[in-house]
Amino acid sequence: MSESVPLTILIADDTDSDRLILETIVKKEGHNVISVCDGEEAVAAFVEESPDMVLLDALMPKLDGFGAARKIKELAGEELVPIIFLTSLTDTESLVRCLDAGGDDFLSKPYNRVILKAKIKSFRRMREMHQEVQVQRDQISSHNDHLMQEQTIAKQVFDNIAHTGCLNADNVKYILSPLAVFNGDVIVAAVRPSGSMMVLLGDFTGHGLPAAIGAMPLASSFYGMVQKGFSMVDILREINQKLKQILPIGVFCCATMVDMSFSKRKIKIWNGGLPDCYLHRASSGEVEPIRSTHLPLGVLDNMSFKDDCLHIEMEEDDRLYMWSDGIIESRNAHGEMFGEERLMGLFKDSASSIPVFDRILTAVHEYSQGERDDDLSMIELSMADPAAVTNTNLEYEPQRYGGMLEWSLDLELKPSTFRMFDPLPLLLNILVEVPGLRSHSGTLYTILAELYSNALEHGVLGLDSEWKKTPEGFAKYYAERKTRVDQLQGGYVRFSLDHQVMGDGGALRIGVEDSGDGFQHRENINNTHKSEGYSGRGIPLISTLCDSLRYIGSGNRVEAVFRWDADD
Amino acid sequence: MTSSVDAETLTMLKDVMEDDFDTLITTYVDDVVARIPRLKAALGSQNFEDLRHCAHSLKGSSSNLGALPLADLCMQVETLAKEMCVEGVEPLLTQIETEFHQVKAQLEAF
Repeated sequence: MSESVPLTILIADDTDSDRLILETIVKKEGHNVISVCDGEEAVAAFVEESPDMVLLDALMPKLDGFGAARKIKELAGEELVPIIFLTSLTDTESLVRCLDAGGDDFLSKPYNRVILKAKIKSFRRMREMHQEVQVQRDQISSHNDHLMQEQTIAKQVFDNIAHTGCLNADNVKYILSPLAVFNGDVIVAAVRPSGSMMVLLGDFTGHGLPAAIGAMPLASSFYGMVQKGFSMVDILREINQKLKQILPIGVFCCATMVDMSFSKRKIKIWNGGLPDCYLHRASSGEVEPIRSTHLPLGVLDNMSFKDDCLHIEMEEDDRLYMWSDGIIESRNAHGEMFGEERLMGLFKDSASSIPVFDRILTAVHEYSQGERDDDLSMIELSMADPAAVTNTNLEYEPQRYGGMLEWSLDLELKPSTFRMFDPLPLLLNILVEVPGLRSHSGTLYTILAELYSNALEHGVLGLDSEWKKTPEGFAKYYAERKTRVDQLQGGYVRFSLDHQVMGDGGALRIGVEDSGDGFQHRENINNTHKSEGYSGRGIPLISTLCDSLRYIGSGNRVEAVFRWDADD
Repeated sequence: MTSSVDAETLTMLKDVMEDDFDTLITTYVDDVVARIPRLKAALGSQNFEDLRHCAHSLKGSSSNLGALPLADLCMQVETLAKEMCVEGVEPLLTQIETEFHQVKAQLEAF
């Protein structure tokens, strides 16, 4: 296709007959010719006409072919403008001069039409390839600029999220490459309202933006939930589910998460896919490895996800080490890995006065001769005095981040509302504003639903649960329920909810009162076999879900208490 | 009779140049006619650079026209001029003049 497009070819030759021959041949090949007689004219014509190719006689008055070639190549810059020297020079020295001046080829006299045609054709192809390469190079360069810009912005966003934590607390020592987010490594740490500290070290598969993308939701879920007091299990599940949804198959996050309870001197740890963590005992000098017993985050769906954690006592001088695979997979000049044995050996060197953390860094650095320093992520945690941790987080405001903690609510429903409105979603929406209750929403719904239907159907509407013992009665019960609700003139159901913080958890008091006459509640509560039938007000079921359930007065008031513990 | 021009080269040229063939011959002849005095002048003033350049150009254009013996004579002058050698140049210039007359005659007859 391109071969049919005529080229513009500059011919510079001071010998009229030679120039005439060349002009004629080139024109016959279908190209446009600009013809000049010396080097200066050639340079001027080049500037003026931007020819695609130049045929240049070596010896010319004013400026010779060598000088003209240099100028033209300089003017052409990055563009490839092939220069073919027209010469009857045959000595090596002269030919080398032609090439040095920027000549790309020679055409010797006497001119041969076939050879000239072939040369023009091949240089046209070379020029087109050069242009293509340049366009692609510019595209790559602009893509690269774009990518770097994006990474800078992504890093800023990530740093803004990551820096809300408490990585600067006294009991935390860590190393993370400045560009770690693009190595796929992430460390987040935050203190819960209860005072325990949660730390997560993650290592995403892959590098670059795909690895960084997952770190964003991980960090934002982590910080959002830790500050609201969610349990470690809730947070792990949330992050797992989010990553599973977001990340493509094959991209996941090996992670270790630890919850450090300073008051109980205990840690709770979950390791999914990272190398063994080491718990270094101060008293014995022993190292207890904490193995990965789970799949990484973002692999399993919520149903299959395993959230069981190890509970370990930890003394004040004990140290917990977590790391990504960068340390044990560091390689020396022979391609051998640093390995777990070498790492473990560093802990055994009791003679050394250098802290283990620094010992590890130095050893890995020396081993790999500085090759893989960028890929090291390591964190050392100790059981700090709880007060010290709290102090590093003075700006922390539970009220701002903590969702609802202590509150109460009264709600009275009247006849017109019974007909139109189901109060349960509303109440449940309020309850899940308490982070600790969110994971119990299913249970809470069951409790509320049972208590409400008891209050409405038996209390306000006065329906007899005995009817529900036979299938016919069941139908009658619901027909009657509709009729009575439609005709209802008076009555009420009152909810009173009250939530208190208790230690690491809380207690929710659910009171339900109706305008009915009450019932023989004592019998029902004591009868654990009553749940077999169609009725019985579901009381045994509720009893198993709550910490306590009691009916008050004639039985038109009931109070259930539901306790939750953040350590669950 | 030895030929001063290569018939094959000329046939090819005629084929390429078509109507311009005569113009080419005239241009060449005029060029040589103008250059021969310049060669002599350059030799007289011992301007080797000019001598060499002029001989080189004449060599090139002559070879393009198939005037190979003439081109060869020019090359000898060019070589001597490059070595800044005066000796032997004058007889060569005379030979060039003689050879050119034959070339011209044969070209115009072609």
